Amino acid sequence: MQAALDLANAGIKTYLIEKSPSIGGRMSQLDKTFPTLDCSQCILTPKMVDVGRNPNIELMTYTDVEEVEGYIGNFDVTLRKKARGVLSMAEAEAMGISGGGCNGCGDCEPVCPVIKPNPFEMNMKPRKAIYIYHPQVVPLLYTVDFDSCIKCNLCVDVCGDKKAIDLEMKDELVKVKVGTAILALGYDMFPIEKKDEWGYMKYENVVNSLEFERLICASGPTGGHLVRPSDGETPKRVAFLLCAGSRDNTGVGKPYCSRFCCMYSLKHAHQIYEKIPGVQSYLFYMDIRSFGKMYEEFYYRIQDEGAKFIRGRVANILEDPETKNLIIMADDTLLDRPMKLEVDMVVLAAAVQPSWDTDRTRKLFGVSCSLDGWLLEAHPKLNPSGTTTAGVYVAGVCQGPKDIPDVVSSAEGAASAASIPIHMGEVELEPYFAQCIEEKCAGCGMCVNLCPYQALSLVEKEGRKIMEVVEAKCKGCGTCGGFCPGGAIWMQHFATPQIVAQIDAFLLGGAK
Amino acid sequence: MADDWKPQILGIICNWCSYAGADLAGSARTQYPPDIRIVRIMCTGRVDPLFILKAFTDGADGVLVSGCHFGDCHYLAGNFKGAKRMFMVKSLLKNIGLEDKRLRMTFVSASEGAKWAVVVADVVKTVTDLGPSPLKEFTR
Repeated sequence: MQAALDLANAGIKTYLIEKSPSIGGRMSQLDKTFPTLDCSQCILTPKMVDVGRNPNIELMTYTDVEEVEGYIGNFDVTLRKKARGVLSMAEAEAMGISGGGCNGCGDCEPVCPVIKPNPFEMNMKPRKAIYIYHPQVVPLLYTVDFDSCIKCNLCVDVCGDKKAIDLEMKDELVKVKVGTAILALGYDMFPIEKKDEWGYMKYENVVNSLEFERLICASGPTGGHLVRPSDGETPKRVAFLLCAGSRDNTGVGKPYCSRFCCMYSLKHAHQIYEKIPGVQSYLFYMDIRSFGKMYEEFYYRIQDEGAKFIRGRVANILEDPETKNLIIMADDTLLDRPMKLEVDMVVLAAAVQPSWDTDRTRKLFGVSCSLDGWLLEAHPKLNPSGTTTAGVYVAGVCQGPKDIPDVVSSAEGAASAASIPIHMGEVELEPYFAQCIEEKCAGCGMCVNLCPYQALSLVEKEGRKIMEVVEAKCKGCGTCGGFCPGGAIWMQHFATPQIVAQIDAFLLGGAK
Repeated sequence: MADDWKPQILGIICNWCSYAGADLAGSARTQYPPDIRIVRIMCTGRVDPLFILKAFTDGADGVLVSGCHFGDCHYLAGNFKGAKRMFMVKSLLKNIGLEDKRLRMTFVSASEGAKWAVVVADVVKTVTDLGPSPLKEFTR
């Protein structure tokens, strides 16, 4: 979002593609942000509106990237506009329905008879088959969930003259031409039920941090009253388990540090002190990593508020079957003794992982990833926004766990990097690329399939087929040159005679 | 075999991972046997079987091809394609009566300078144990 805004403000036409029905991402699910305790929605939604109103941004929500062709300066991106079932005002205007289209009035929602869990509320609140993703969506458009819609047409009737709802809508493929692309694919929560010793999904009063975030949010399912899922009582003792699934070398969790869990758990501890008088919080931690500006001070503040910090990992959680209270078995490594603690509620600060669609999307753009699945930048220090595919940049958590300030600055970095080739109008290529020695090429086409960048193709020339290289696409890996049975590919700077000369110099010429 | 015989080993390594790893080993002053000479290429996918065969006909005692870990290739999958070719070359070496252990493919990332030293030491040991290449006497 920030990247799109920056680019648009620099005068560059920007397409913002979002797979969910609204922009805003994970931040729209949060209640407050550390360390300033700003209300997350209050600082986010004005930005969302800015994006929605910017004339240089073409906002395409509920849209997936289907196919990517081309190279820097000439990407042809095919987008799948998923059938939303609802026409925007502009779409209705274009179809000749004057004054029609969805204005977000919400009349359709109450009449819908289908009730489904709401993923935005971490499935803790119901949702209809026609819904808005959350109350402050941009664009303000209802969406039909065609997986659960029973086509009863009640919503169509109540919508009346606006004719905004079309239950026969089909997916639509749209092509856009862009010069550069930024990937900001976000994250998902690690499925912490895999660590079954903590009983997530088994015990009702064990929740993950995003669920806690919704429970304590004033616009959440409980209206901001933190209650235990089992009985609706206000908890008096809450335990937070940090590094839940992060920094885990058992092979079940993730080996990396998810980076922002320490800070949001401190914030959670603060929030319960703010809302529940006499509550006691316990934070089980490995190390508190309060790495950012004003973060360490925030940590001291939470200590002063009375949160108890216990250094040690929780070995096991048991549930009292009657009270549904939870009994935590842990090892206090500072006192070097095992401990047992009864609490009313446990919050797991679960690890984050790349969002489920990251792998598919990154392959479309030819971006590589590290072993954890996070997208790989061209160089962590020298080129942190660029990728190994020219013209494709990364921003946000899809590159690795980041907190909100870091995400925004990485977005600004990516926007600036992505605008450079557009403003320059030309790009400098590395001198490493393949060339075809036309008289040797037999036109077998083996190299065409080997090329990871679709830089090679067979063309007709003087009555026979030969290979042709698009030099802008070729990265010079040489996979084609290593294979070519006829030796017809000349790799600039790594040509076969050059490498053979090196081998000869070592084995036949140089000092023994 | 003379006691002071040292193997001649050719390393063909990729620019992004193993070359950077070897560079790291160097800047960290990690010690490893000096019996290897390195030819840099952009990707192990570039390794033409010809290079390896040329090295052996020139009298090399061993060849080490080293690239990025699978999934880490700078060029997406060049190392898979290179590795596939290595299996082919290995069976070729066997067929002409050369020990296929003389050819080794490893995966050393840019951060694994220490591993590079271990790999080279291991390759040197393997080749030293095998002795000089029987093809040596045919080289000019």
